[in-house]
Amino acid sequence: MSWFSGIAYILFAPFLGGIIAGLDRKISARLQGRIGPPLFQPFYDVGKLFQKETLVVRQSQHLYMEFFFVLMVFSGAIFFSGGDLLLVIFAFTMAGVFFALGGYKASSPYSFIGAQREVLQMMSYEPAVLLAAVGMYMVTGSFQVAKIIEYPHPLIAQLPGLFLAFFFILPIKFRKSPFDLATSHHAHQELVKGITTEFSGRTLALIEIAHWYEYVFVLGIGYLFFASNVWFGLLMTLVIFELLLVVDNATARVRWQAMLGSAWVVALVAGGLNIIYLMWMKG
Amino acid sequence: MGMLSRSPWVIHYDGSSCNGCDIEVLAALMPRFDVERFGVVNTGNPKHADILLLTGSINEQNKPVVLNIYNQMPEPKVVLAVGICATSGGIFRECYNVLGGVDKVLPVDVYVPGCAVRPESIIDAVVKGVGILEEKRAAFKAAGKA
Repeated sequence: MSWFSGIAYILFAPFLGGIIAGLDRKISARLQGRIGPPLFQPFYDVGKLFQKETLVVRQSQHLYMEFFFVLMVFSGAIFFSGGDLLLVIFAFTMAGVFFALGGYKASSPYSFIGAQREVLQMMSYEPAVLLAAVGMYMVTGSFQVAKIIEYPHPLIAQLPGLFLAFFFILPIKFRKSPFDLATSHHAHQELVKGITTEFSGRTLALIEIAHWYEYVFVLGIGYLFFASNVWFGLLMTLVIFELLLVVDNATARVRWQAMLGSAWVVALVAGGLNIIYLMWMKG
Repeated sequence: MGMLSRSPWVIHYDGSSCNGCDIEVLAALMPRFDVERFGVVNTGNPKHADILLLTGSINEQNKPVVLNIYNQMPEPKVVLAVGICATSGGIFRECYNVLGGVDKVLPVDVYVPGCAVRPESIIDAVVKGVGILEEKRAAFKAAGKA
């Protein structure tokens, strides 16, 4: 069962992630009073990118993005096959590091600043994700995802603060307002395209697919908070995603200082209080 | 229909336009016309773009800029000259510093006259450009570069 769902993730996460990205664009368009692109638009985009010429600044920039892709698939596969949550988070961090390194390597001023901001984003979301793993361990007594899922009650009941911290950093992982600093998906163009500025053709398509894997994986962590009942969990994951889009369309982008400060404050205050509460309950 | 024609990403460069055409270009992205229905994205990055959309005439100052943007775009690519200034130089044609339309420096694929251009004709031009994009893709593939 466990390795089976890991393989299912590797095979089907791109489709699911692509549809999530399509839903994102469709719902965002509706929120702005537009009709929006077809649901399968992200697949058309990636299909097109495979038909385009791939421009190269330095050969090695592609190697970093391939590592980003492989590590993203790896961390998601371990997660969905019920592996160790800490290993998952560290592999996920490594994927982010390679993404930033690829941006540095392309050595254009835009991707360079984009990579610096990506590193700051990683600093911002890391405490919340790690504390969430710690909180799940304190409640269920295990870092194994397979064991965490089997816990009979919804984790959110005991981890509300950690869930708040996790939800707060979600826009960073989905590259959305107010925290879409490193790569700008939509009409913001102050950094051209941030990290992905110097990437085109196949490598850009690969980055896009890696982001689809990332979407499914990050929503999977959100699912863990409601995992006691499958349908309730899936419903709440959808609600989280919908809320994320509303936040995206309702907020302006903040500076990195505000992102780092607020993400840490929320993670350390809400998450920290939550963990103190858990310690106190255990006596 | 191929993938290219379903997802044309546009880069918009304002040569020396009076901003009349540029406002119409942006109007095409707004709720009333919403070109994202056809997968059109206004990207600011030449390396991600398929269609170069130029407004305004070409002069000595913006010539290297236009060439630089064009050369950074990956094949296959299409150039649209939007507005009468971009097609021929328009009322600025006789100015001492104006070279003329975009076709003085780049191979233009679609000419879109108008002062200012209507958003409908911009959408029409992008649809025409997408057809040319598919033709160029076939030629590009035949040359064995992709």
